[in-house]
Amino acid sequence: MSLSLVNIDKTVAREIHLKNINFSFESGSRNVLLGRTLSGKTSLLRIMAGIDRPTKGRVLLDGKDVTRLSVRKRSVAMVYQQFINYPSFTVYKNIASPLKIAGYKKSEIDRCVRETAEMLHIEDLLDRLPADLSGGQQQRTAIARALVKDTDLLLLDEPLVNLDYKLREELRVELQQVFKKRKAIVVYTTTEPSEALMMGGNITVIDEGRVLQTGPTPDVYRSPKTFKVAEIFSDPPINCINGKIRDNTACLGHNIEFPIKDRLTALPDGNYKFGIRSHHFSLLQKDKNDTEIRTRVKLSEISGSETFIHVTYDDLPLVVREAGITPLRIGDLISIYVNPDNLFIYDEQENLVAAPQMVSN
Amino acid sequence: MEKWENNKAWFLVLPAFIIVAFSAIIPLMTVVNYSIQDIFGPGQAVYVGTEWFEEMLGNHRLHDALWRQFLFSGLVLLIEIPLGILIALAMPKSGWGVSACLVTLALPLVIPWNVIGTIWIIFTRPDIGLLGVGINSLDLLEVPFDHTAKPIYAWITLLAMEIWHWTPLVALLAYAGLRAIPEAYYQAAKIDGASSWATFIYIQLPKMRGVLTIAVLLRWMDSFLIYAEPFALTGGGPGNTTTFLSIYLVKLATMQFDLGPAAAFSLIYFVIILLFSFLFYQALLNVGRGEKT
Amino acid sequence: MARIVLDKIAHSYDSNPDETSEYALKWIHSIFENEGAYALLGPSGCGKTTLLNLISGLLTPSKGRVLYDAADVTDLPPEKRNIAQVFQFPVLYDTMSVYDNLAFPLRNRGVPAGKVSTRVHEIAEILDLSLVLKKKAAGLTADAKQKVSLGRGLVRNDVAAILFDEPLTVIDPQLKWYLRQKIKLIHEELKLTLIYVTHDQVEALTFAEKVAVMHEGEIVQTGTPKELFENPEHTFVGYFIGSPGMNFLPCTLDGTVAHVDGTDIMLDHKISELGRKARGKLELGIRPMYLQLCSGSTNDGVPVQIQAVEDLGSYNIVTVMLAGKPIRVRQEEGLPIPSDKARLVFPPQWIRLYADGRLVKSKEVENGKVGK
Repeated sequence: MSLSLVNIDKTVAREIHLKNINFSFESGSRNVLLGRTLSGKTSLLRIMAGIDRPTKGRVLLDGKDVTRLSVRKRSVAMVYQQFINYPSFTVYKNIASPLKIAGYKKSEIDRCVRETAEMLHIEDLLDRLPADLSGGQQQRTAIARALVKDTDLLLLDEPLVNLDYKLREELRVELQQVFKKRKAIVVYTTTEPSEALMMGGNITVIDEGRVLQTGPTPDVYRSPKTFKVAEIFSDPPINCINGKIRDNTACLGHNIEFPIKDRLTALPDGNYKFGIRSHHFSLLQKDKNDTEIRTRVKLSEISGSETFIHVTYDDLPLVVREAGITPLRIGDLISIYVNPDNLFIYDEQENLVAAPQMVSN
Repeated sequence: MEKWENNKAWFLVLPAFIIVAFSAIIPLMTVVNYSIQDIFGPGQAVYVGTEWFEEMLGNHRLHDALWRQFLFSGLVLLIEIPLGILIALAMPKSGWGVSACLVTLALPLVIPWNVIGTIWIIFTRPDIGLLGVGINSLDLLEVPFDHTAKPIYAWITLLAMEIWHWTPLVALLAYAGLRAIPEAYYQAAKIDGASSWATFIYIQLPKMRGVLTIAVLLRWMDSFLIYAEPFALTGGGPGNTTTFLSIYLVKLATMQFDLGPAAAFSLIYFVIILLFSFLFYQALLNVGRGEKT
Repeated sequence: MARIVLDKIAHSYDSNPDETSEYALKWIHSIFENEGAYALLGPSGCGKTTLLNLISGLLTPSKGRVLYDAADVTDLPPEKRNIAQVFQFPVLYDTMSVYDNLAFPLRNRGVPAGKVSTRVHEIAEILDLSLVLKKKAAGLTADAKQKVSLGRGLVRNDVAAILFDEPLTVIDPQLKWYLRQKIKLIHEELKLTLIYVTHDQVEALTFAEKVAVMHEGEIVQTGTPKELFENPEHTFVGYFIGSPGMNFLPCTLDGTVAHVDGTDIMLDHKISELGRKARGKLELGIRPMYLQLCSGSTNDGVPVQIQAVEDLGSYNIVTVMLAGKPIRVRQEEGLPIPSDKARLVFPPQWIRLYADGRLVKSKEVENGKVGK
């Protein structure tokens, strides 16, 4: 079973919410929509569900045009950011509600509800009301209600964003297990790159209503096609230094130079943007090819197992992620090193021309 | 959100539409019809254009009624709105006191309007009314109090009745507005060292903007249209002193049968209310707003 | 700035609490030193916001006292305690401009207009708000509004402490990054006592010099990020801090070896000594980032089955099965991951023993003389 969006546009009061959206999902796939707030993720989800109709374009389910089909006639379930449950129904009745509406037999309903509750570890809470539950438990109930009917399409709109950090971590792992057992098409939206990476599957990066890149998550992470994708798909933010390539030498900033080797020699001379992920910087020179950058320490943030060092190079802010704990004083002059193989190089149109080699596992 | 269900839904609205058409739009059209014609009897109508409008606009009795009406509505708003806010501020935030206050406040609102007029007539009677007897026993007035004895007494009684009747509405709306303010704002104000007055001006009042707009608009429209209560209380007297616009219009239409002028003025009446409502709305929603960045 | 002491505090939301009431805070005895940056970290419902409100004066404790620089302020309301608080969502005076918002606390205290202007401009400069001083506060973005909220706390130079209640909740992830730095820089520059409440361990650990981890109304451990990470005193701290949290394996002790369901793991000499004296259910704890995976052909470590590999960009999480329990290993990007059969090495210096949930450690460590 497949879901396709063809040339979807959505304009509301002359504001473009979505433009030229084209993609296709297969059954059993896990798809993440990554984008900043107001990038169009929720609008897209609503069109996929059938709650909104696009201004232009078609939605195809298994090749059939369902654009005008109302959401009630489609096989879709949706989970929202705000834990939405019927406040006067017990957990049991909440989960059972879609089955009752669909006219299932009572014994069948009971079996499905208990099975789904067990999958989400809320089988002991079936008699409680949502108001008596914690945030995590309420959201689990909402997810159970979405799963119980085994719909073709399962949409989740930033479902974990209102939960505690630790709870989010745990639920992500649980959700992955749950999704593995389903043949539904799962679409999950988020603003956090780390969540996108954890969910795996395929990713579609959206910005300002347009699809920027789509593909398997690790591939998009390792090869962001445009600089914008690299910016959106980075946490901490990706570092960027402008520079140029001339005569087989790269010059970044005003004094960082290194020779161009191997596959990079194919790049024509010109101006380029060089992107460096914060964990590719190091305080030690590990390889003789590593390039040195002299910087001044602005701030050092320790997070238990790693340190984020904020430095400035010529007033340009950079972030270095170093494993372990490295306290540094503000104002210290330090050298940071980067292996030129780890650079993301973007041309003047901000298209990717070189990326670090994919590491084979 | 666009609703794109089948357009069959429009048919569900049809019955309501027909009823509204019957009870509002068609009578309105009839009024327009009357306002531009002189109707002597069935089938004997003469088109007079704007003659009735000109006559009404020049009618000095109408002007008097108009000024009285503005004065009345103005006083009503000036007293009811602040009083309602004060009551809302004084009401408890939680506990059984809340229900008790809400029920007590709601009582005046559920009494039929001409019954209210009658209540106040009896209330102010100098022989058996609590207020009447009470004021007269103090012996401070030259002319003993009776709601129709002097124009000023009639006005005071009318205002008191109107305020007693409708301030609860303002108080209830203001209370709802106040309850919607998150506790954090009060906490922040305390921490900033703000006085109660500053808290009121900078936090409570701005956050009540929405409900206060509704309260002002409702009270403006209702008080400008007022008919039943003053008619029951004073019948428009003594003399003309409490003859408000609606009372005058009704007199014109039903007692003098000057349907033409009455119709013409009804339309002007409608336009005045609309105009001022619009002005109030714009003013309340935009004061202190500032541009969006 | 002040040194804040919480002296044997307990708090219940019942109006007349007794032994059987539900206590939101069970027993808190803590000291927040002058000019320190502290974080209160814990899951929802652990009592951290209640604790913050007791410090600020919005709540009066059912039991115990609150002291500012040795003065008992338990019964004083917030405005008398001279603290500032930043809430989860921006709290602003909508009708005023940014300038007036920042000047408000000073004007309420009768500060002359000249001084107000200097101070407001100073703080606006630090917070990058100088360009929007004339704008109406209501029209700003969420992060700018939070900066104004923060600014209102900073303008008063006699403020005892600034309290933050999950202030980055409504901020976009990209801007969270920037605001966190700003708050930290302000701490470095202005040397204020800051107390920050959050459920996000990254926020807490990067911001604070000392973090108090809370669980069900109690402070389970207070320490620097390094201490909490390397020596969690309670299995809850091991689980809550670290992404992913600590791995725990029930075990029994035999000499210097821990038996985990048929597998033997070598322990550090000192730790096994202490473990022998310990009472209660024993568990072996080790953090995912300290475990090492090697290929199946070596003889180091214990044999494990690789269940799943998650690629998280800068690192990988490998889930292996040992004695029927899943163990997570965190490896930096680029390190080779053996296929299917592998061996897992437990470096003894990073293994911790827990008896009934509490860290097994020497008396010297407990008295603060020795640290690892």
